[in-house]
Amino acid sequence: MRHGWLRFLPGLTLLLFLGPIAAGLIGTLLPAFGYLPALGGTHLSLEPWRALLAAPGLGKAIGLSLLTGISSTAIAFVLTVLLFASGHGTRAFNRAKRAMTPLLAVPHLAMAVGLAFLLSPSGWIVRLISPWLSGWQTPPDVALVQGPFGIALILGLVVKEMPFLLLMTFAALGQIRADDQIRMARSLGHGPVQAWLKVALPQVYPQIRLPIYAVLAFSLSVVDMAMVLGPTTPPTLAPLVLRWFNDPELTMRLQAAAGAMLQLLIVLAAIACWRAAEGVIGRLSRGWLIDGRRGGDGRIARLFGWSGLAVVVSLAGGSLAGLAIWSIAGRWRFPSALPDRFSVKTWMAQAGHLADPAWTTLAVGVAATALALLLVIGCLENESRQGRMPGLGALTLIYVPLLIPQIGFLFGVQVVLVWAGLDGGWIGLVWSHLLFVLPYVFLALADPYRALDPRYARIALLLGKRPLGVLLRVKLAMLLRPVLIAAAVGFAVSVAQFLPTQFVGAGRLTTLTTEALSLAAGGNRRVVGVFAILLAALPLLGFALAAAIPAWRFRHRRGMAIGAPG
Amino acid sequence: MSGLELEQVSIAIDGKTLFRELDLTVAPGEVATIMGPSGSGKSSLLSLICGTLEPAFERGGIVRLNGRDIGRLPPERRRVGILFQDDLLFPHLSVGENLLFALPADVRPRAERRRRAETALAEAGLEGFADRDPASLSGGQRARVALMRTLLSAPHCLLLDEPFGKLDHDLRAKVRRFVFDHACDAGLPTLLVTHEAADADAAGGPVITLHDGG
Amino acid sequence: MVRILSAVFLTLALSAVPAKAADQPAWDKLLAEADGQTVYFNAWGGDETINGYIDWVGEQVQARFGITLQHVKLADTAEAVARVLAEKTAGRGEGGAIDLIWINGENFASMKQQDLLFGPFVQDLPNFAHVDVQGKPTTVLDFTVPTDGLEAPWGMAQFVFLYDSGTVPEPPRSIEDLLAWAKANPGRFTHPSPPDFIGSTFLKHLMLTYIDDPAVLQRPVEEVDFMEVTKGLWQALEDVRPSLWRKGETYPANGPGLHQLLDDGAVDFSMAFNPAEASAAIGAGTLPESVRTFIPEAGSIGNTHFVAIPFNAAHKAGAQVVADFLMSPEAQAKKQDPEGWGDGTVLDVAGLDPEDRALFDDLPRGIATLSPEELTPVLPEPHPSWMTRIEEEWLRRFSS
Repeated sequence: MRHGWLRFLPGLTLLLFLGPIAAGLIGTLLPAFGYLPALGGTHLSLEPWRALLAAPGLGKAIGLSLLTGISSTAIAFVLTVLLFASGHGTRAFNRAKRAMTPLLAVPHLAMAVGLAFLLSPSGWIVRLISPWLSGWQTPPDVALVQGPFGIALILGLVVKEMPFLLLMTFAALGQIRADDQIRMARSLGHGPVQAWLKVALPQVYPQIRLPIYAVLAFSLSVVDMAMVLGPTTPPTLAPLVLRWFNDPELTMRLQAAAGAMLQLLIVLAAIACWRAAEGVIGRLSRGWLIDGRRGGDGRIARLFGWSGLAVVVSLAGGSLAGLAIWSIAGRWRFPSALPDRFSVKTWMAQAGHLADPAWTTLAVGVAATALALLLVIGCLENESRQGRMPGLGALTLIYVPLLIPQIGFLFGVQVVLVWAGLDGGWIGLVWSHLLFVLPYVFLALADPYRALDPRYARIALLLGKRPLGVLLRVKLAMLLRPVLIAAAVGFAVSVAQFLPTQFVGAGRLTTLTTEALSLAAGGNRRVVGVFAILLAALPLLGFALAAAIPAWRFRHRRGMAIGAPG
Repeated sequence: MSGLELEQVSIAIDGKTLFRELDLTVAPGEVATIMGPSGSGKSSLLSLICGTLEPAFERGGIVRLNGRDIGRLPPERRRVGILFQDDLLFPHLSVGENLLFALPADVRPRAERRRRAETALAEAGLEGFADRDPASLSGGQRARVALMRTLLSAPHCLLLDEPFGKLDHDLRAKVRRFVFDHACDAGLPTLLVTHEAADADAAGGPVITLHDGG
Repeated sequence: MVRILSAVFLTLALSAVPAKAADQPAWDKLLAEADGQTVYFNAWGGDETINGYIDWVGEQVQARFGITLQHVKLADTAEAVARVLAEKTAGRGEGGAIDLIWINGENFASMKQQDLLFGPFVQDLPNFAHVDVQGKPTTVLDFTVPTDGLEAPWGMAQFVFLYDSGTVPEPPRSIEDLLAWAKANPGRFTHPSPPDFIGSTFLKHLMLTYIDDPAVLQRPVEEVDFMEVTKGLWQALEDVRPSLWRKGETYPANGPGLHQLLDDGAVDFSMAFNPAEASAAIGAGTLPESVRTFIPEAGSIGNTHFVAIPFNAAHKAGAQVVADFLMSPEAQAKKQDPEGWGDGTVLDVAGLDPEDRALFDDLPRGIATLSPEELTPVLPEPHPSWMTRIEEEWLRRFSS
């Protein structure tokens, strides 16, 4: 049979995915209703939910989660739309797009630590204006980082999620051949902003809906960023639930499991509300689409869009620079803008501690990415050989891990892995990372793969090459750039994973992310700086390679240049 | 029996018949033409012969090449060469590498492979182009390289899917002649799909016209 | 009051330890079994000095016993408890991921109650004979809960306050004075947020200060009218709250977080559960030279921290050998050295061989470290159930 085992790959992939997630959900759901035999809970009850609802700070924590999650998603989305509307097709915009990739690569935790250095009352921004401008000899008593309204957390989420939405929108625009249509709208007399909003946005939105939901789900349930930037009394819901999971009073796990289920419900409800809002806005805007108004030159949209971008880029840049400086700082007291002296002492002292987690990070990242590439390419190749058969739509279930809060099923996954004897081992860890790496690799590779002119492969087959040879020497060779980008994305996703490593690594396998977070608890900015810089450097290196290898390989091939047709 | 034979070939999709019970024999060195409007199933017929027709299509009849039923063979073992409207030179390979890609692996050693590719380039009037980037060639040059690439894979028949559609008027006649001459010299049964009567005239072989909905 | 408590304490303590000499052949067998094992030591990893000390232990047990020590760094000891529970949930009775846990207080009480610990094993460790069980009763009574040989004492901790002598020339003499100072200097004082153990221990000091009869703290909290007993504590906290750093709307996450605020000059006080911590931080350049320590004249809470072995540990032999090494005079002296860690020894130094005793006699004291005389009296920890209740009540009042 010529399609061979490839036929079973989509099914196998889904099994690898939905299996553990379903098991994880059940393993969390049962304790949420009181069933956890190890703690003597052998019959179902509503007691954990009663305890949950009575937990101090629950209402405020939920409110904070909703506030930070929804507003950061909305801000990131609106900024993205403003930027595209006012900058589509301009050279400056294309340059800005290139600046986004490194932002995407930096793990959330590294960015969060850097932002905390930057924004805290004793942080870089205040130091730069003190005491000569502000008059502050001691740090001002204001709360931004870990402040009551989660402003720093919202900023951090926007800094990380806006680049993602920007790049996703770029990809979607390529699919609808937006350039021609916008040119047409402009020739009909529409201003640039109106042209984009009325012509491109309605077509692009359905394509970026899933990434937006993923951002929403992530922002509502983020743990590592919230622990560094978010309020603490109480924190947002997800870190609060994690705190209960870790409570020395073991029966708190039942309440924690109920909390995890509540987190899941909140995410699903928020997505449903967003979906409903789409419908309402869509209906209300029908008239506006055809009212014939052309709009002006888009000055205001440009002002807001580009200021937003400037804030995001300078926050990110300042954070990374701050991390680097703390990692080589000697004595550095407030309000000095720079350390009194520099020293590599921290790097030397940490070298021994860095080796193990850095190696684990690299090994797990490479393994999970390689597996994900193998499965994704297999699925896509199967799809292209079978034609778009019904049932392949089931493959969109691959995105499920992005829409379900991690805390909702990782406790259950941990129990399953322990039961299978896979916890604290490489197989379990790579597998748990694969759950989150694979959807992003699929997201990054599916469009370029499907867009490749199928006649190239047909020609190669008819020239007498075996299908595997065609896959390797024609398809993948032509798709080298997107394949490497997908690999870099997958690797960056793996490096950034905190909860899966925490739950599955059993502490035996630690990565730079888990190390950095437990160090962040100690508050030694120099040591945290060292870990965070390395944490940021690994994925950046991945993206640099993904850009450099095809550029070098295709330096004499104009047809393979970025933006070449085909 | 040598040549390409279609016997009672039919194609349908979603219950809608594109054409039915088509019979055609193309002798070695002969160029047959299939004409018809868009949607009449011309390209689907070529895909059927190539073995790349989507599974969603229902098909019937027998395709023989040099007396052998190739209907159940995978595309890479049918020995059917095809040219499309776009030249589809692999953009990631040089001109020479495109040709070497097509040359069967049993042509050895490396020096001989190299020589065969250079001979083919010379035949196309493109001496010394082996290391060039395909993107740097003109449309006519690319069309010629594409043909040489197909011929180097030693096919037993040649399919032409509106291969001259994108060329301008002067170039069109030149390239057409170049392709037909080479197909003829190689003794290949050739099947041309087009909607230009001039192409059919130049081919000189039998002409079949498909109608919408067959 | 304190003296009576100590007496009660000692009686409890002595009844808790069966005196038993270590059995040499059995120990040799254990050593042979431990050789080549990898011991996963789950210990809080938030302090670089302590991490450095654990590295040193790793080198020593590798060289002496052929044991590879893996320090699994935790942000919170409860993570390890959670792990063992997950393993029990999944029915893994052996081959567990954790061999040794740095533990005390409520985590120990919780694991002991849920039968998650291996043992008793401590009385079979040769170096346990040197532990000062009489002089330091908390080595066998962990927050009033008898250790029953399930955890081996590792170090003595005592709560101290840090202050910046550059801005506060004369430290307060009592908790009341400290709170009065905070009210007089708004925004310059705060404490870590419970359930962080430094934050919780600060609350316990307030509780000791504002309670009528401290003896009730040795009993489980369920036996008393909690709200009535702790009324004074909450009143004092509510009074001082508007004067705290950020008006008490947010609190630093833990002790090191509070140190950072002190180093930034954002506040003038910090707290630590190790009398030598300030000196070590000055040496490392993470606190200003002008930082000094004090304890209230009424004393401060002291306790012992331990290492325990989970019921399903994969390498119990190796874990016991490491636990024993941690109690050896050499390891204890290194730990008491401000350069190494600065943590007090659990041993009866006076009862050691002269050469072992010499290891301790020459240890320098850090610039900001109080003398043993200044560090008295040492107050006992309340029953662990109190910790849980005050944490809950604090969260209810200040965090919702």
